[in-house]
Amino acid sequence: MGGCLEAMKPEIILSQSSFKEAREYIKKNVREYHEVEPGYKIFDVHIIGVPPLYIGVEGEHLIFPYTKPCHGTFVVKVPGGEEIARLRARKK
Amino acid sequence: MTENNEEKTALILLGCPQVPVQTSMALYLLHSLKQQGIRPVIAGTTAARKLMEVADPGRYYVSEMTDLDDAIDAITGKERDFDLCFVFIHNDSGIAYAGTMAYISKARLYALLFGEHAEDLAGEIEFPCEVVAAKAVHNPMPLKRRLDEVMQQWAAVSKQ
Repeated sequence: MGGCLEAMKPEIILSQSSFKEAREYIKKNVREYHEVEPGYKIFDVHIIGVPPLYIGVEGEHLIFPYTKPCHGTFVVKVPGGEEIARLRARKK
Repeated sequence: MTENNEEKTALILLGCPQVPVQTSMALYLLHSLKQQGIRPVIAGTTAARKLMEVADPGRYYVSEMTDLDDAIDAITGKERDFDLCFVFIHNDSGIAYAGTMAYISKARLYALLFGEHAEDLAGEIEFPCEVVAAKAVHNPMPLKRRLDEVMQQWAAVSKQ
């Protein structure tokens, strides 16, 4: 896991899933979600996969897919900080 | 993208090295690319890169290597791109990385699928790329044969 993200002690919502399962989870379970392009960087990690890829916002937290080469895709929840404003400010 | 007018470049993206054929096939691919005058750059996990380093201590085949995230940063930041990109795939993460490369890079993309579920994984690919798939886990020969066919076609086209 990226050092910065790891230090944030993320809550693991889904583990070792596929990137498609992660996409569906966020779409179905998070009311506010934003589409981002593959390679979008959040904290020190990239969002990896085939479009559409989503990052959810729930209160002060972000919920997003984190892909590890050996262990599949995790859906993680961390405090969003300034990343929430950056995400919302993106052009649709 | 070609970094000067002479030399073409290829990014070789290595996945988790848990399937034995990956390192062997990556070294073979490096050899084939260098024979065609193409400069390879390897991106992969720390373990995948260490396997390459140890297998080629004289650096006959391995030259530049980089971290996966650094490679993606360089491409998305428009600092660098490649003419060709080969992604080694044996699990869903490999498909996700290849899909990302299809989106962010202008390179001609080759998806090299291997392992127990190579054919099933090939069916998951929904982005533009050339699929090179063979059920190869311990014995690299099925994948080598498929890669040889593709490289021969590519070499023939390049000479035209």
